[in-house]
Amino acid sequence: MNEAVRKISEDLWDGRDELEVLTFDIAGEMFALEAFIVQEILDLLPETVVPGAKAFVGSVINFRGKVIPLADIRLAFGMEATKPTIDSRIIVIELDIDGEPVLAGIRTDKVHEVTTLLRAAGEPPPSVGMRWRPDFIDCLVKRGTEFIIIPNLQAIFSAQHDHPAAVGSHS
Amino acid sequence: MSFPDPIAVFRTEAAELLEQIEAGLLDLNVNLGDKDQVDAVFRGLHTLKGSGAMFGFDALAAFTHHCETAFDRVRKGEVPATQELVTAVLEAKDHMRALIETPAGDHEAASEVLLANLRAAVEGAKNPGAAQTAGTVPAKTLFKIRFSLPQNAMANGTNPLPLLDELRELGECKIVADRSAIPSLDLLTPTDLHISWDVELLTAQPRSAIEDVFIFVMDEMQLDITAVEATAPAARASVKSEAAPSPQPVAATQDMAAAARAPTPASALTAPADTKPNKASENVRVPAEKLDELMDRVGELVIAQSRLSQLAGGSGDLQLRAVSEDVERLSGELRDTMMVLRMVPVAHLFSRFRRLVHDLAHETGKTIELITEGESTEVDKSVIERLADPLVHLVRNSCDHGLETPEERRAAGKPEAGRILLSARQQAGEVIITIKDDGRGINKDRVRAKAEASGLIPSGASLTDNELYQLIFQPGFSTAQQVTNLSGRGVGMDVVKRTIDALRGTINVASHPGQGSEISLAIPLTLAIIDGLLVRVGAGRYVIPLSAVEECLELSIEEDMRSRGRSFISLRDSLVPFLRLRDLFRTGTKPDPFQKVVVISTGAERVGLVVDQIIGDHQTVIKAMSKLHHDVATFSGATILGDGDVALILDVGHLVAEGQQQEAHLRAAG
Repeated sequence: MNEAVRKISEDLWDGRDELEVLTFDIAGEMFALEAFIVQEILDLLPETVVPGAKAFVGSVINFRGKVIPLADIRLAFGMEATKPTIDSRIIVIELDIDGEPVLAGIRTDKVHEVTTLLRAAGEPPPSVGMRWRPDFIDCLVKRGTEFIIIPNLQAIFSAQHDHPAAVGSHS
Repeated sequence: MSFPDPIAVFRTEAAELLEQIEAGLLDLNVNLGDKDQVDAVFRGLHTLKGSGAMFGFDALAAFTHHCETAFDRVRKGEVPATQELVTAVLEAKDHMRALIETPAGDHEAASEVLLANLRAAVEGAKNPGAAQTAGTVPAKTLFKIRFSLPQNAMANGTNPLPLLDELRELGECKIVADRSAIPSLDLLTPTDLHISWDVELLTAQPRSAIEDVFIFVMDEMQLDITAVEATAPAARASVKSEAAPSPQPVAATQDMAAAARAPTPASALTAPADTKPNKASENVRVPAEKLDELMDRVGELVIAQSRLSQLAGGSGDLQLRAVSEDVERLSGELRDTMMVLRMVPVAHLFSRFRRLVHDLAHETGKTIELITEGESTEVDKSVIERLADPLVHLVRNSCDHGLETPEERRAAGKPEAGRILLSARQQAGEVIITIKDDGRGINKDRVRAKAEASGLIPSGASLTDNELYQLIFQPGFSTAQQVTNLSGRGVGMDVVKRTIDALRGTINVASHPGQGSEISLAIPLTLAIIDGLLVRVGAGRYVIPLSAVEECLELSIEEDMRSRGRSFISLRDSLVPFLRLRDLFRTGTKPDPFQKVVVISTGAERVGLVVDQIIGDHQTVIKAMSKLHHDVATFSGATILGDGDVALILDVGHLVAEGQQQEAHLRAAG
């Protein structure tokens, strides 16, 4: 398992020593996504619930005239739901799913900044002592006393896409 | 945005050229003396050859060259245009398409056969007078040519040197470069072209040969050709009419050319140069997805504008309100214009039927006249594309089965030429396309007999004429008995019906024995927009396609209470099952006190949908659902409402299926 995870991490860094990322908070944890996949940061928008859809992508929003799904990463990591605050934002990202670009929104509690993470500070996710699925995490990067989680969105979205029962089937 | 693939661009261009060539040939077929069409076909072939060679389609270039040569001779009056020639070139044109689509394929043999046909057609057409021309030594004429290219010609890839070489090939040539326009060194841009040329050319070739040298740069350049003197005194007159060699021996063939050209010897030169830029400015090629993008932007604008209107309405600021009203009007107009952009005239679609009918007439030995009407009627491009196949089938059917042979027609006292009318017109939100023939009409007894034999209807069933005609669209209704090589295309009438259904259209058939039949297709103008009924279920708003809605009624309290056990309402003495969308969507809200039932029909099934509120009619721009939602079959798409919210569009068919499943569960449980 550890080797597999290390390989994913290699994919992420792709020989680079630095990564430009956007950092944000979800349910008290700090996450980071590579800046180039981020299309836009939006204020919260009215959501339309899609009856019958998986809870992970349970609603859609109107993003500049396109109807895009709004994903809730908390469900993939089994986190507590948080109430929207004045800082809540939607990050719109473009993902490659089965070779097609797909736009999706991610609900976050607060968006921090675009910053540079060093490869040297990165660690693969530990295979024990973590309540999250290790394959959903590309890398943990230490910054001060905190860890920033770089989630593997491909894995998270593909899990929702291919195996509906795997995660997010709320009870 | 990457550059488009040059080969793909060439293919699109070539397809258009082939269409032009075909149209020209067909026009020529009607009026063999039409010089303009000869020129048009020649220009098309010439351009195709040139750009084919440029993009590496060498086989195409070589093959096209022969056709071009043949037409060049027609153009020069050496050979008259004949039906045989037109047919040969039409066939050659189809071969060119194959050469473009599969340049690597093995076309050698086919090319040879077609070229032999072409040669035969040309030789057969040559009359004795023309044969004589070849024998006589043509007189030479001295031309003074002055030409200058635009300053940016070299930047655009034009090189004047090959042009000069080509002139040299025509005959004895004295070329002088005019350098007077070259500026001083400090003002000189090395890539600009400042030189013009004076050429004295002594040649036996006609003026058109000189024009041909410049055919690709004709539009931008200045070209001045004057015939100064002829070595043979008699040739001076002939210079005017195409600088024909010596006029006496070829008078017969020259007459036609001269007649066409004589009134406008000077304008003949400018005519091709004039028509080309016009054509270029008529059309701009834009990929459809860019239009969709623009449509999205306009949709956003409309939404932003409706927010502005709300703000302005609330503020009481009169100036703000005035501006907001202006924006509202403008964005409305913009949206209307946008809708129109996707529309293309059906002329596009109709033009290909001229060829089809021409070929069919040839194959069946019937004389068929195709009349088209309302070609300017506009329909959404995607609809046009999907209409092509069913229309081809219907037209084939009319030619093959509808029209009688000339003998039969004469016996019936009709004109020998059968007539097929293809017309389009707009009516409300639909376009009506009609295929009408004056043939024998549909034989009702035979349709009935066949339907009874194949078990589609019980024998002796009483059917209206329309019901009877609709039977021909049934999958089981085979016309196998009368299959010819024309109709054996694998597209049956049931496929026609299915395609039209998929376009949410309808088919009407009318027929009078002995007078012909008429098939009308009514198709909605666009697929991107549907009329919807906006309803509210719990807190969510949904759109039901209006075409599926039969009626709306209120769910009475008694029926609501009673239906705990069975979900049926009685509607005019028949029981209609209904679904509570609130339950299906698990909204978890309390029902409104006065719920409504929207009765929809899916094929034979009628189902009521219980909603909380019917909001009203809504013009719905359909947006596809995200890939991440492809597992949700209940909705066929989504749309954006005036206030910017998203409303989901119900997929009626799936919804009913899901409802029936749920009902089965309930039954099993209770």
